[in-house]
Amino acid sequence: MSIAARTTAVGLGGEGAAPSVPHELSELAQKRVIVGYGFWIFLLSDIVMFSTFFAAYAVLVNETAGGPSGRDLFHLDVVAFETAFLLLSSFACGVASIGARAHRDTMYYGAMAVTALLGAGFLFLEVHEFVGMIGIGAGPQRSAFLSAFFTLVGCHGLHVTLGLMWLLTMMAQVFAKGYRPDILRRVLCFALFWHTLDIIWVAIFTVVYLLGVVV
Amino acid sequence: MLGKLTWADIPLDQPIPLIAGVGAFSIVGLVVIYVLLKGWGPYLWREWITSVDHKHIGVMYVFLAAVMLLRGFVDAIMMRSQQALAFQAPGYLPPDHYDQIFAAHGTLMIFFVAMAFVIGLINIVVPLQLGVRDVAFPTLNSVSFWLTATGALLINISLVVGEFSHVGWLPFPPLSELRYSPGVGMDYYLWSLQISGVGTLLTGVNFVTTILKLHAPGMTYMRMPVFCWTAFASMLLIVAAFPVLTATLAMLLLDRYLGFHFFTNEAGGNVMMFNNLIWIWGHPEVYILVLPAFGVFSEVFSTYSGKPLFGYRSMVAATMVICILSFTVWLHHFFTMGAGADVNAVFGILSMIIAVPTGVKVFNWMFTMYGGRVRYASPMYWGIGFIVTIIIAGMTGVLLAVPPADFLLHNSLFLVAHFHNVIIGAILFGMFAGYTYWFPKAFGFRLDERLGKAAFWCWFVGFYLAFMPLYVVGLMGMTRRMQHYDNPAWYPWLLVAAAGAAVILVGIGFQIAQLVVSIRNREELRDTTGDPWDGRALEWSTSSPPPPFNFAVLPHVEGTDAYWLMKQRARERGAPEPEPAYQDIELPRNSATGFVCAFFAAILGFSLIWQIWWLAALAFVGAFATFVVFAWRDRTEYRIPAAEVARIDRENRAARRLALAQMEPAE
Amino acid sequence: MRDQRYSTFDAARRLAASWSAPRFWSPPRQQKIGKLTGAAGQPRGSFMQEKFAMRSLDRPPRSKARSPIPLALRLCGLLATLALAGCQPNVLDPQGQVGRGDATILIDSVAIMLAIVVPTGVVALAFAWWFRASNTRAIHLPEFEYSGQVEMITWSIPLLTIMLLGGVAWIGSHELDPAQPLAAEAAPIDVQVVSLDWKWLFIYPAQRVASVNRLVIPAGVPVHFTLTSASVMNAFFIPDLGSMIYTMNRMATDLNLIADKPGEFLGESAMFSGDGFADMHFNVEAVPPDQFKAWVEETRSSGGKTLDADAYKELSKQSIKVAPFVFSDIEPDLFQKVLTQALPPGPGPKPGPVVDADSWLAWCGGK
Repeated sequence: MSIAARTTAVGLGGEGAAPSVPHELSELAQKRVIVGYGFWIFLLSDIVMFSTFFAAYAVLVNETAGGPSGRDLFHLDVVAFETAFLLLSSFACGVASIGARAHRDTMYYGAMAVTALLGAGFLFLEVHEFVGMIGIGAGPQRSAFLSAFFTLVGCHGLHVTLGLMWLLTMMAQVFAKGYRPDILRRVLCFALFWHTLDIIWVAIFTVVYLLGVVV
Repeated sequence: MLGKLTWADIPLDQPIPLIAGVGAFSIVGLVVIYVLLKGWGPYLWREWITSVDHKHIGVMYVFLAAVMLLRGFVDAIMMRSQQALAFQAPGYLPPDHYDQIFAAHGTLMIFFVAMAFVIGLINIVVPLQLGVRDVAFPTLNSVSFWLTATGALLINISLVVGEFSHVGWLPFPPLSELRYSPGVGMDYYLWSLQISGVGTLLTGVNFVTTILKLHAPGMTYMRMPVFCWTAFASMLLIVAAFPVLTATLAMLLLDRYLGFHFFTNEAGGNVMMFNNLIWIWGHPEVYILVLPAFGVFSEVFSTYSGKPLFGYRSMVAATMVICILSFTVWLHHFFTMGAGADVNAVFGILSMIIAVPTGVKVFNWMFTMYGGRVRYASPMYWGIGFIVTIIIAGMTGVLLAVPPADFLLHNSLFLVAHFHNVIIGAILFGMFAGYTYWFPKAFGFRLDERLGKAAFWCWFVGFYLAFMPLYVVGLMGMTRRMQHYDNPAWYPWLLVAAAGAAVILVGIGFQIAQLVVSIRNREELRDTTGDPWDGRALEWSTSSPPPPFNFAVLPHVEGTDAYWLMKQRARERGAPEPEPAYQDIELPRNSATGFVCAFFAAILGFSLIWQIWWLAALAFVGAFATFVVFAWRDRTEYRIPAAEVARIDRENRAARRLALAQMEPAE
Repeated sequence: MRDQRYSTFDAARRLAASWSAPRFWSPPRQQKIGKLTGAAGQPRGSFMQEKFAMRSLDRPPRSKARSPIPLALRLCGLLATLALAGCQPNVLDPQGQVGRGDATILIDSVAIMLAIVVPTGVVALAFAWWFRASNTRAIHLPEFEYSGQVEMITWSIPLLTIMLLGGVAWIGSHELDPAQPLAAEAAPIDVQVVSLDWKWLFIYPAQRVASVNRLVIPAGVPVHFTLTSASVMNAFFIPDLGSMIYTMNRMATDLNLIADKPGEFLGESAMFSGDGFADMHFNVEAVPPDQFKAWVEETRSSGGKTLDADAYKELSKQSIKVAPFVFSDIEPDLFQKVLTQALPPGPGPKPGPVVDADSWLAWCGGK
């Protein structure tokens, strides 16, 4: 297809005459690839940012300054629910992508709504956890460990919040504009974003919660 | 209502920043009024402010860099004159003010001069060299520029409202923490860098995508001009390094605003974590800036020697090796932390290894001249000056990478001399070479050569006068950032350094004169063919300035030095390529998104600095609304009809045919 | 006279000593000064002080408004007397074993690099000149863009240089690690260093005395410094004696230095630490061991204050240009308390700038 032709055209070292792709024919496919690719690069940079917060957390995890440690604070059962919500929401998001590509309203809106609900459920549990911790005097100002914890997990939560705002915007956009190619590209980007949040959560779940309680 | 902001924050008791600030802002205001009275407003709005054309955005970046260079250079003059006067004397700048001057100088020069200049040239040139019509995300490109401009604006506002950071161009805690820097100066620094940092990151994303995914037919990776390769390496580094800066500054902001303990002395904060994180960004930052400068020189040496670049593959390999290695050396910025011999030795050796690919580059530039016919246009002057200067910078750099030597020279003026040797001798010289080289491409006329050469000599001599003495006083144990000193041995050297700064000032004067004179004589300096230097890459295959669509038909690339091959074939054939079949061209429409977004970002930044929370919330909502409005628009492109494309292209083809005819007898 | 431990690089060092050191300083003049001081039998430092005094006597009081012409004249005059620079702090003319080791590595490295940098520069300029467009005698190779042999050489020259230099760096880092105890006959003395806003506190735990902004050490005896900071980061640096090291709150760093002979040296902070930074230097006096003992006795019996928690708290407040003074006694473990934050970090500035424009000008006037 034209995408394949495009990629060979920019392949490494091809000395022979490259196949020339008629500009108009490949326009749509190209745009989709370019937008997806660009957004993917952005997500990589986002992952680099998270890795900085992970590094800070790893450095500061034992700096509890006499305050509580992860073992005292984390409740794995709540975290298990959070994880389940987020993973399921990723599945729902995948269903929504299929619905959008198939132009099927019920599938798209339904799955998006489920994604939003699960995401909101995740956020609720997270905020609940945070409020509980601050309530017992284990807020981010208590120790460097808690600063790093709240920043790392909170930054993920902030991403989920922004993701929810984006999700609602995408629902509204499809409602107002229909399944236009440019709107579908944005749905694609949103899905990439949402799945990335999942990957980051898996890392948080492992590094922060599991290692925090078990080790 | 206004947070921390009161009338007392206007520095009425400090005449220098106040007068300078009021002066600068009134000049800007007068220019704006003049422009509006002349009726140029709509033109500016249409062609520049809302433009998403990479060439226009690039020019605006370079303009921003030039203005900020003047501002940063005023700081430089103040520092050099303070140190020239402050021998066993107070000088004229109290420490409080002197500290802000060197902090502002470093911040402006790195983030808003070097970065803006590099990104500006990349914007103007890379899509043209790749043979495409624009970058991958044109509107995003405009957003990036305006966010960068917002950062610069915030720093300059700090002249008249409040103060700037006292801590230096990098905010090392705990000095930068709330306890030791309670003023808003630190917040100005942090927010302006956060905002411009987002812009820079988006530029990185944009150009990585552009260079990897957008090419003219036949433009394989190994046929890309080396400037594109260096731009690619630089942008990859931005994508990988700037998030680290954002996260690190965010941690410092959390410490300052919400009482977190990342880098505080208390509650388990870790100061050295900041040093590690900031230099994980900071060292790649050096290569973000210097690699494109190397790229410029690769183009310049090849063009003015009339030869292909020697060792193209080596150059590409060297660039990518530097790109990767730059992430493995950060610890050499703090050997004196006492990390232990093994750590120091490993990082010292890793740092030195970067000298290998850099050395290869120098040799390859030399061999590019070998067997050539070197024409001494002013970019070539910058080039030769660069080679001489960079080998000294490389030598002192490797010296500082040897831990025991660093134990003597760390944070001394030797270090200051070393990194100015890199930043002026390589980056700035490279940018000036690129500015002269590509000026006709951007504006359609060349710059005055005599004044350009005069500017070069002033910069070259001024640089050596200003910084060789700093190497010497560094070896005499003088540390950086001394507001005054009592040691008579340092004094004469600092006087020489001040004289050097004055010579550079004359050089800047020549550059301003060059621009004015060239604009006045633009008809004589007109570049009618689009190829004033007998160039080799694709940017010279279109007219100067290029039409909005860059290329009427995307060029077919058959090797490195694509345009050179086209010219060769045209000479063999005795005629340019036959006229192609013109088609309608679709281009992205202008968008005010970038400008409006930056407007809200400026308000957001200002209100966060002064802790005016309601305004911050409003600004955030405004920014979000801007994006939604942008996302809602239906028509994103406009169409240039084939007839119009043909008309524009035929003019250029006629000029080229004429040039080809004139060239014939010489061949 | 140079340290024998670095015999591996002795040849390179001699080479360097013969032609790279003079690039910055002129050794004959330096030797003359050395002879002068030597003949007078004076420690090196007092000569320096004498010169300071002379200079400040014959110089008229400075005012901000000075006409540019005398400045230019003064510039010429000062450049002519540059030779005097030789007796100022100079990391290439070290006064102790550590500094000598550092400087040797520095000079070795420069020598190794000059061997490649100078020819490169010369050849680059030669190519640029010879292949100028107007020179018709130069060969013309418009298509010359690749040569395996040349590439082989261009990669291997820097590679070999860096391999050699990497060896220097590896050995140097290990032999000159600041935490490494020095080999010397005398047993080392301990000094605990606390950098404060903006002054230096030196605690002699075994001698039970402490000193502010003045470091007295016995010459010829290794000194083991343990360093921390009361507030912000600083770097402890005595250019004449060698290696600098950071001071950081809640962290302790180790540094070993030695002064070969009695002398006075400049000590300073090499890491910017705020408004008082420019005045954050201290006198280092290396005295014969018996004089050091005498100084300790004198200090202990001088009836000065005791360095206890209260005195430290007072000391940790921001102040600049603090004249050197001593504590006759110390509270044991005070350094440990600073390090573990049992004594809290320095309080930082009062609201408003510590050194605002008015007090700065007032201070200048007072001077």
